[in-house]
Formats: sequence, C-alpha cells, structure tokens
Amino acid sequence: MIQTQNLTKKFGDIVAVNQLNLEVHEGEVFGFLGPNGAGKTTTVRMLTSLIAPSDGTAVVNGYTIGKDDQKIRQTVGILTESPGVYDSLSAEYNLEIYANLYEVKDVHGQVEKYLQMLGLWERRQDEAGTFSKGMKQKLAIARALLHEPRILFLDEPTAGLDPEAAHLVRDFIEELRKEGRTIFLCTHNLDEADRLCDRIGVFKSHLLVVDTPANLRSQVFGRKVVFHLRQVNEGYIAALSSEPFVKEVRAVDNKLVVTLDEPESRNPGMIRLLVEAGAEIQFVGELRHSLEDVYLQLVKQD
Amino acid sequence: MNKIKTIIRKEWAQVFKNRLVLSTVLFMPLLFTAIPLGMLYATRGASGENLTSDMPPQFASLCPKGLTGSECFQVYIVNQFMILFMMTPLIIPVNIAAYSVVGEKTTRSLEPLLATPITTAELLIGKNLAAAIPAVVATWAGFFLYVIGAWILLQSPRVVAALLDPMWWIAVFIVGPLLAILSVNFALMVSSRINEPRVAEQLSVVVILPLLGLFFGQIAGLFLINRQLISLFAMVIAALDALMVYLAIRLFQRETILTRWK
Repeated sequence: MIQTQNLTKKFGDIVAVNQLNLEVHEGEVFGFLGPNGAGKTTTVRMLTSLIAPSDGTAVVNGYTIGKDDQKIRQTVGILTESPGVYDSLSAEYNLEIYANLYEVKDVHGQVEKYLQMLGLWERRQDEAGTFSKGMKQKLAIARALLHEPRILFLDEPTAGLDPEAAHLVRDFIEELRKEGRTIFLCTHNLDEADRLCDRIGVFKSHLLVVDTPANLRSQVFGRKVVFHLRQVNEGYIAALSSEPFVKEVRAVDNKLVVTLDEPESRNPGMIRLLVEAGAEIQFVGELRHSLEDVYLQLVKQD
Repeated sequence: MNKIKTIIRKEWAQVFKNRLVLSTVLFMPLLFTAIPLGMLYATRGASGENLTSDMPPQFASLCPKGLTGSECFQVYIVNQFMILFMMTPLIIPVNIAAYSVVGEKTTRSLEPLLATPITTAELLIGKNLAAAIPAVVATWAGFFLYVIGAWILLQSPRVVAALLDPMWWIAVFIVGPLLAILSVNFALMVSSRINEPRVAEQLSVVVILPLLGLFFGQIAGLFLINRQLISLFAMVIAALDALMVYLAIRLFQRETILTRWK
C-alpha cells in the first residue's frame, strides 16, 4: 500500500528525511517511532502529498507522489499532529465541510455514522470550541475517515489525551484495523505501538530498523527464558551452558536467565536437563523487554 | 465548483461569528452612506450665487448647466464624500481576508484543509469570493440607500441627476468590485506570509492608502475626480488586480506555509 524509495526531504542544509526505504503492507498497522525532530511528521506530509520530496519517490495506494497528488489526497485520510478543528463551528458542520471537500456522496449519512461511532452525536450541534481535547481529537479522527480511506495516517493520535480518552482512541484504531484498513501510526507512546502495531519502524532521519515488536526485542536483546528455582547452584549453570544452542546463562537470586534462540522448541529439553540435575523448578517464563528498552537501545546505538 | 461553494460557506460561517468583522461589514457602509446624505441635508438650505467662488475653478467650469450656484455648490460638496463608496470594498475584505489564512494557521486548521483534494486555485477563489462578495454587496446596498435618500432629501431633479452622475455608477459598480479584488488578494498575500492576524490586518490596510490620497487630494483641490479620471483609475486597478492575483497564487506555497508555522 505504501512504498518509498530513497525518499528524502531537505530544508536548506538540514536533511529532515534521508533516503527512506519502506514498505507498508495492506491491512497492517505500521508504527513509525522516533524522537522529536526525527522527521516523522515530514514523512507523513510527503506521503500525504502535502509537501514534495527533495529526492526519491513513493507510491501510496498505487499513486505516485508528485504526479498523482490530488488522487493521493482523495484516497488517504490524515489525522494531523494538532486536531485543527474549526472552533466556532458545530461538530456536525465541521464534518460536513470536509465531507463536501472529499466529495462524499452521502454527506449526512457519513457525518452521522462517524459522529455516532465516536460518541459525539449528542453534541453534534455544539461548537467544537466547547469540546475537550479528547473530543476534538475524536472529531478530527472522524474527519479523516469520512471518505472511507483505505490508508490512514495518524500523527500522535493519543498525544495529550487523558488515559480514558487515549484508551477510546486506541480501541477505535483496533476497530479500524479489523475493517482491514492500512494504518500508518506515528507515536511516542511505545506501549501503544506495542499493543497496536503489526510492525514497527524506528526512525531518526533515516530508518534504523523495521520489524514486528517481538522480532525487534529478539534482535536487540535476544530471547531470554527465566527459570525460577528453589535454589540455584553452579551445577545447573554448567549443565545448561553445555548445550550448544544456549548463548548465555546468568544467575540472578534464585533465577537462571538463559539467552537462546527458539525457546519454544528448546525449553522442554532444558527443563528435563535441570530436573535430571536435581533442580526444583517453580516457574518458567520468557523475560520480555519493554519496547521502550528496545527503542532506547536502537536510538542510542545510532 | 462545489468545493469553492463549501469554502465560501465555511468562511462566512466563521467570519460572521466574529463581532468585529460583522460590525465592520454592517456599520461601515451605513456610516459611509450617512456622511454624503448628511452633507446633502446640511447643504439643502445653502443659497447665494457667490457660493461657487469657494469651489476650485475647474469644478465651476464642469458644473452641470442649468444649476444655480447653490445647487452647484451642493453637488461639489457631496461629490467630495462620494469617494467613501470606494473605501467600503477596500476595507471590508481586508478584515475578512486577513483572518482567512492567518486564522487557519493559528488554529492549525490549514493542514487538514490542504490535505483534502482541494486545489490551490479552488481554495483561493473560495477565499477571494468569501471576502469580496460581502464587501461588494454592502457597498451596493449603501449606494442604493444613498440614491433613495437623495431622492427623498432633494426636491430638485436636476441636482439629483448631477449627483448620480454616471461617473459614480462606474465608481461603485465597476471600480468597487475591482478594488475589492485588489484588497482581498493583497490581504491574502500578506496573510500567507504572516503568522499573526493583527499584523496581517495592519499590513493589509496599506492597500487603502492610494484611495485616501485620492480623497484628500480632491479635498485639497489638487485635482478633481471626473469620468476620465475614474475610467483611468478603473484600468489601473484592473491591471493591479491581475498582478495581485498572480502574486497571491505565487506566494501561496502550501509547503512554505505548512513548514514555516511556528
């Protein structure tokens, strides 16, 4: 659905986006992570034909940026960094304006559908200026969906929202995913990215890495299994270390932390080995690093 | 065309909720209509043949035949203020258009708007018409009020005919809309480059200065507005309009406007 080739944007001497090569598949939620000023918003603006690239190209929904800009704008939806709603106009009229600009056939039907879906129908006649930040954000999301785009760009959709409002927005993104829409999600909220995204790209002017959250953890920290034992002794460590697939064994309190690939297939053998060595196993589990750890590690490495 | 209509309706829905703009649109034409009508009322009782000695000689020579000296004086005095009907289409659009782009910038609503499939031409035409139409309608409405008031206040059909010289019809119905276009595009041009609505409004007011020059020049007796001058003025404004429209489109760079927001 989205393919970029050496996509580059320069502002004078500053390279905001440097040779971005990326592919986002149909129906996936793609998380685009990066520090402030990394060029995430610039990338979204290029992919939605708001600004032109300095170099490289991108194809969005089958249309090439720079050539088919009107068609790209017609077929994608965007939630900008700031909701940018018209405060002095009613919620309903805000949406009607955009439905007309997107040439939606059933303007009133679509406006009602999304106001209902996002829980704003009862407040439809109220001026958007009287809305809370979360309600404005929901109104902006409705605005981005009126023309039923197959690709949706969401730039920080939960930034500045209280936990309840953020939860509602995340649930709504889940609903959109179930409808098979492709979602390009820029976020600083790593927990949100972890929960929502099929794949994640970590970006800092250029793309550092792209993969599923699980694979990113494994790439950066390796996979680790934790054995909680009644008591740890050197014999158990030696037994596990003798296995060729084990990369590292560390003892922490009464736990053994084992780094290895494919723990799903190796764990039964390791459990057997420990039991034969006399260990009393209380629990076995995988040590999960947070996506934040992965992200910080990647950005620091760069 | 539908997108242009949508932009016009949106602009009006927003702009007419702004009390300052609304009062400018309503109050200014009424004031500028009341001034010449007040002058007509005040000079109704003027009498005496030597009144023409207070007028510039070029006007005395142009004074329509068959008018008495006091009638000629009345026409002269009222003509000084007729130029106010050309001020309205300059001032009202400045108020509307200065908020047009800058207002969208400050509320951050321009980015989602530019992300729609609207073209720059559609957007600017919409914003142009949204600012120009109220100004032109208000000017014409004020002028019709003036015509009606002149008929009521004056008993002499000769004076009414002299006051409603075709020159003023050209000024109101041709120069007026041309001035509105000039004003709108100048304000749009300024507001595309400025981030603060008040600064944009103040800078846009610059466009009124040439007309003020005309107003005070005539009062000072430096020249006299006549049909030739109005026709020439209309041609100059039409040429300036073409230049302003060109510049407004050139300066409305989506990318620059979006990326220079602070």
